[in-house]
Order: sequence, then structure tokens, then C-alpha cells
Amino acid sequence: MTLRATDRPSGVPWYNDEKTRGVLYQVVLLAVVLFVGWWLVSNTLRNLEQRQISTGFGFLWREAGFAIAEQRIRFEPTDSYARALIVGLLNTLEVSAIGIVLATLLGTVVGVARLSTNWLIARLATVYVEVVRNIPLLLQLFFWYAFITQSLPGVREALHPLPGVFLSNRGLAVPVPEFNEGQAWALVGGAIGIAASIFLARWARKRQDATGQPFPTIFAALGLIIVFSFIGWLIGGAHSALSIPEKSGFGFSGGAELSPEFAALLIGLTVYTAAFIAEIVRGGVLAVAYGQTEAAMALGLKSGLVMRLILLPQALRVIVPPMTSQYLNLFKNSTLAIAIGFRDFVSVDDTVMNQTGQAIECVALIMAVYLTVSLLISSFMNWYNNKVALRGSTR
Amino acid sequence: MSAMDHTEEPVVLAPPGLQIGPVAWCRKNLFSSIPNTLLTLLALFLLWKLIPPLLDWLLFSAVFSGSSPDACKDAVGACWTLIGVKHRFMLFGFYTYDEQWRPLIATVILLCLICGSGYPKFWGKKLGVAWLIGLPLFGWLMWGGFWGLPLVETDKWGGLPLTVVLAAVGIVVSFPLGVLLALGRRSALPAIRTVSTAYIELIRGVPLISVLFMASVMFPLFLPEGVTINKLLRAQVGIILFTAAYQAETVRGGLQALPKGQYEAGNALGLSYWQSTLLIVLPQSLKLVIPSLVNQFISTFKDTSLVLIIGLYDFLTTTRTAVADPAWQPFYVESYAFAAIVYFGFCFSMSRYSQFLERRLGAQGRR
Repeated sequence: MTLRATDRPSGVPWYNDEKTRGVLYQVVLLAVVLFVGWWLVSNTLRNLEQRQISTGFGFLWREAGFAIAEQRIRFEPTDSYARALIVGLLNTLEVSAIGIVLATLLGTVVGVARLSTNWLIARLATVYVEVVRNIPLLLQLFFWYAFITQSLPGVREALHPLPGVFLSNRGLAVPVPEFNEGQAWALVGGAIGIAASIFLARWARKRQDATGQPFPTIFAALGLIIVFSFIGWLIGGAHSALSIPEKSGFGFSGGAELSPEFAALLIGLTVYTAAFIAEIVRGGVLAVAYGQTEAAMALGLKSGLVMRLILLPQALRVIVPPMTSQYLNLFKNSTLAIAIGFRDFVSVDDTVMNQTGQAIECVALIMAVYLTVSLLISSFMNWYNNKVALRGSTR
Repeated sequence: MSAMDHTEEPVVLAPPGLQIGPVAWCRKNLFSSIPNTLLTLLALFLLWKLIPPLLDWLLFSAVFSGSSPDACKDAVGACWTLIGVKHRFMLFGFYTYDEQWRPLIATVILLCLICGSGYPKFWGKKLGVAWLIGLPLFGWLMWGGFWGLPLVETDKWGGLPLTVVLAAVGIVVSFPLGVLLALGRRSALPAIRTVSTAYIELIRGVPLISVLFMASVMFPLFLPEGVTINKLLRAQVGIILFTAAYQAETVRGGLQALPKGQYEAGNALGLSYWQSTLLIVLPQSLKLVIPSLVNQFISTFKDTSLVLIIGLYDFLTTTRTAVADPAWQPFYVESYAFAAIVYFGFCFSMSRYSQFLERRLGAQGRR
């Protein structure tokens, strides 16, 4: 007779059987979850009925009736709530995307600076990280916003650090290239350049696999992209007009303007997240054993190659997963925009909620949108992580 | 004896000033190469540009006296008069002015409890008893209403006590919840695992603001007719629900890091699930993640500042409100600096504490 571990020994009552208990626990948990859910829903429905609030997302198509200061797509007060929310979402995505790029750059620089052999630089980087990490982001945002709106000069006396760049209490005005149909050709040229460099990279890898001859792929690819874009630009008629901001009345005309709210949020998110990214980068570089560098140097690799082929791939393996959560944090922290009046998704949604009283739908919208984008970011980062992970390892 | 006499002059070596000592240190750490020298000079230049004006603003040209914004009219430096005039409001918000000694004592008691809990020597049953006495005492001092203290409603609470209580209660209550969720996520029972995972991932995917919004506008709709819970409690519940999900993930890290042999040993001894979890698994795995838990506490402490958005008067809100008055408005930097110093004090000491624990527990773990 074989005795299986799952068999109940004789003499043990049924309620002490591990399997029965497992089923029981799960049934109880599900019952509790369902009951609480039912209780909340029925309460809510009764309350809504009493306050005569209708449910459903029909309100989204009604006229919004409010204006939004910052818009990437046209928005008039006569447009629908749905369009207002899309405007807010685009603002959120814009500030998060730029913030992620800037925070990564700044964080990497600070993280490497903390490892510097230069005592002063390492100390300064440490002070930056410690100060920034230990002060709430909201406080930092308030500070940056107050600094921009109260301490910077007005438009007339705007700071003028670089030609065409104005810094005032109305935000930052920068020159932008004026878009012209001819420049579309430059984009086409750039695309051709990118396609050509992909083929080049494949060929270079094949040749290296076959003959061991290395090929300076990166420089060649950069060259290809630049040359093709330049040719496209020439074909399009070589337009080079810049729209340069100029003072006019109480504001600026021309160029692109960053509002004080946008600038404060962007600076705050970048500075705050960079401190965390710096720590991750430092940890990642420290995690690669020094023997790896020595081994690479013993093989005769140049220091640039040591970094690119030996250190970076190994450090990235440690860096990427925590970096993902920092990106997600930055994205979620961008919701603090509401406190300084930047019209991000939450801020627009809050206005909609106050106007329509559709609290449940509006909070559900916030959760759905942030959950979706968070999942998108983390699945992209997981894909990237799988690319840099050890071959054959599960994670 | 004469053979021992030194007939030659002793060789006098130059002091090893270039190998050790301050000069050598500078050469090694600041001027080791040309790029390094340039960097050092650049940093020194920036510091020279920054530090003297900053010190001048902070101290030498600052105004410390006076009782109105007029005192700072011609001041070049900081106007610390603001803190002198407004510190009671910044610290205690709209709490009844004559009763403000109560939140002061209550907060001190709570802080003592928190500091005491951080000291490994005190870890034990007595600490639990201390909390069981301390928290009601805190509540009595803050609310009052009996034994001679007049009642102060929670909508008058504000300032630092509110921030500390939101963080402390949030951490203390969410911790057991987080442990349960972490155990649930690693459970062998599919229904329990699914519910825990869904909860953790849902909460971690949404921003804290949305949870606070839910707490402030949706909770009233969730409850049966006639039952209302006040705003502070709603925000507190929101913070607890949010923090629990993050703590669950931290604890799960510890559970995963524990060698499988420990789980198997528990089973082999014939311990039940709860016996082996409480006696073998949790004590060891929690110890592994204490530093990350403390970091999580720091986040929670900073996150309490978000209750500003749903209209509670926490410490950040009161410091902000203090400069809302147009006469004081130009001195926003002083106000924010004050808030920043207080927050920094709390968070920095917590992070130092986490490093201390890491060293101490690390030393214990090595055999």
C-alpha cells in the first residue's frame, strides 16, 4: 500500500483535513469578498437613488463649459467632457514622458558622480540625493511653482540667458523650428537613414560572427541618419526658419511657451525622481564585481569597450527592474499637478467631477487610465528587461 | 660602547608630506588628473558663488525679531519673523489656541513611542503594552471630552500632530494587513492568491490621489444611510489601504528570500501552516526586510502630505496657509524652508536608522 502525503490518516476528523480546510478557507474568503462587494454596491445604489444621481458614462458627451489653459489638441468650452479628459491625458503623458527622459539623464549623471573618485563631486552628489529624497515631492513642487511665479521677473524684465530664450514669471519661452512642408522630407530622409542603419547593424553583426572583424556600427549609423536627414532637408528646399519668441505686451509671441505650472511640475518631478534613479544607477554599477573590469582589461579591451560590452550589460540587469518602478512612480506622481494648477488628467477629471457630481465614474476613470498606462509602461520595461536579462534565466 | 656611537650624521628624510597628510589627500582626491582638477575647480567656484549668499540670507542679513511683516520690509535676508509669529499655527493648525499644549504632549508621547519601537533592545511584549497605553492616551489628549479636557473635534486638528498621526497609524495598521496580503499572494490556495494579487496590483497601479479621492468622495456613498465617518478617518483609511499594498510587496520580498529549507523544516516538524508561519517564516523573513520596511515608512510619511488635496490641514497645508496672507506672501521661501527642515529631520533620521539597523542585523546574521 502506498501512502500519499495528501491522504488523511485515519482518525483525523474531516475538518482537520488539509484539503477540506483549503477549500473551506477559499469559500469563506470569496463569500466575504462577495458580501462586502454586494453590500457596498447596494448601499451606493440606494444612496445614488436618494440623491437622484444618475449612473453611467453618458455625461461624458455633454458640453464641458470650461476652458483648459494648456492644450495639445484644440479644445473649446463647447467641446465635450470626453475631449477635455483627453486634453488632460495628453498633458499628463507629455509631462511624464519628458520627465522620464530628463530624470534618467540627471539621475545617471548624479549616480556616476556619487561614485566619482573626486571627493568634492561625490560629496555634492550625496548631499543632493539626501536632501531631495527626504523632502516630500509636494513641498518641492510648491517651492518651484512659488519660485517661478513670485521670484522670477515679469515679462518686461524677463531673464535672457541665451538668445531667444526668455525666463519670466510667465514661464519659459524657447525658439522652435517653424514647421514647413519641406521639412517633411528631412523626416523621410531620417527614416531612410534609420532603416539603412538597421540593415547595416545586421550585416556588421553577421560579419563579426563570421570573421571576428568588428565594425564601428554606432558611428556609421549616426552618420547615415544625419546624412540622409540632411539630404532630405536639401530636397525639401532647405528651410531653416526658427520661430523666435519676442516680447509683446504682457506676453510673448512666437516660439514655444512652457507655462509656470508645466515648468514647475517638470522641474519638480525630474529633480525628485533623479535622486532615486541616482541611487539605482550607483547600486547597479557597484553590483558588477571589480574582477569583471580587470578581466576585460586583461583581455585587452579599451575602456570605452569595457563600459559598453562588460559593465553596462551587467549593470543594466540590476538597474532595469527598480528603474521601472521609478518610471511608474514619476508617472503616478505627475498627478500632484492638481496642487499647483497644471491641467493634467486628474485635475481635469476633478473639475468634471465637481461640475457633474459623477464621483464614482470620475474616480473609476482615473483608476482605469492610470492602471492602463502603468501596465503599458511595466510591460514595455519587462520586455526590455527580458532583452538584457541573462540568457536562460527565468527573470 | 664606542662601537655603538653614531659617528655619521643621521640621514634626515623629508617629511612624507606628499604621501600622507592634507596635501597628499587633496592631490589624491581632488586633483588626481586634469579633468578631475577642472571638476574640482568648477565645484569650488559654484560653492563660492552659492554658499556665502546663502549663509548671508539665512543668518547674517536675516531678521529674527518683530511681530509683523513690516519688520522685514527692508530686509535683504530671510524673514524669520514669519516663523516666530506663525509657528503656533504652522505646528498645530486650527486647534483651539489655549489647548495647544495637548497636541504638543500627545505628539511627544507618540514620537517617544515611535523612537522606542526603533530600539532593538525594547522589542518585546512590553513594547506592545506601551503602544496599547500610549495610543489611547494620545487619543484622549487630542480629542478630550472627558476627565476634565474639553472636546476638540477632528476637523480642528491640524499641523504636525495630524501628519504624525496619519503616518503612525497608517504604518501601524497597514503593517499586519500588508503581511496578510503578502502571505495571501504566496498562498497555495488559488482563490486567496488571486484576491491578494488583484488587490496589490490594483492599488500599486493607481496613484495615491485616486485612492484619497475615493476615500473623500466615494466612501460616503458606500455606507448605509445615516452612517457618516469623518474626513480624517476617511483619509486615514485611504492611506492604510494604499500603504498595505506596498508593504505587502516588501514583505513578499522577504518571504521569497528565505531559503526553502526553512519552510520544509517547519513542515517536517509537523507544524501547522500558522505555526510554521508565525514561529519560523515571519520572524526570519521580516528581519530580512526591515531596512526596506523603514524606507517604506519614509515614503508613507512623505505621502501624508497629499491629504492637502482633499482639504485636510496637515503640516504642509498649515505652512502653506501661513503665507497665504498677502502681507506674508513674499516670505514663502522661509515658510517652505521651515517645512522642509522638519520633514527632512524626520525622514533623514529614519533613513539613518534604517542604515543602523542594516548594519546591526547584518552583523547578527553573519556567523
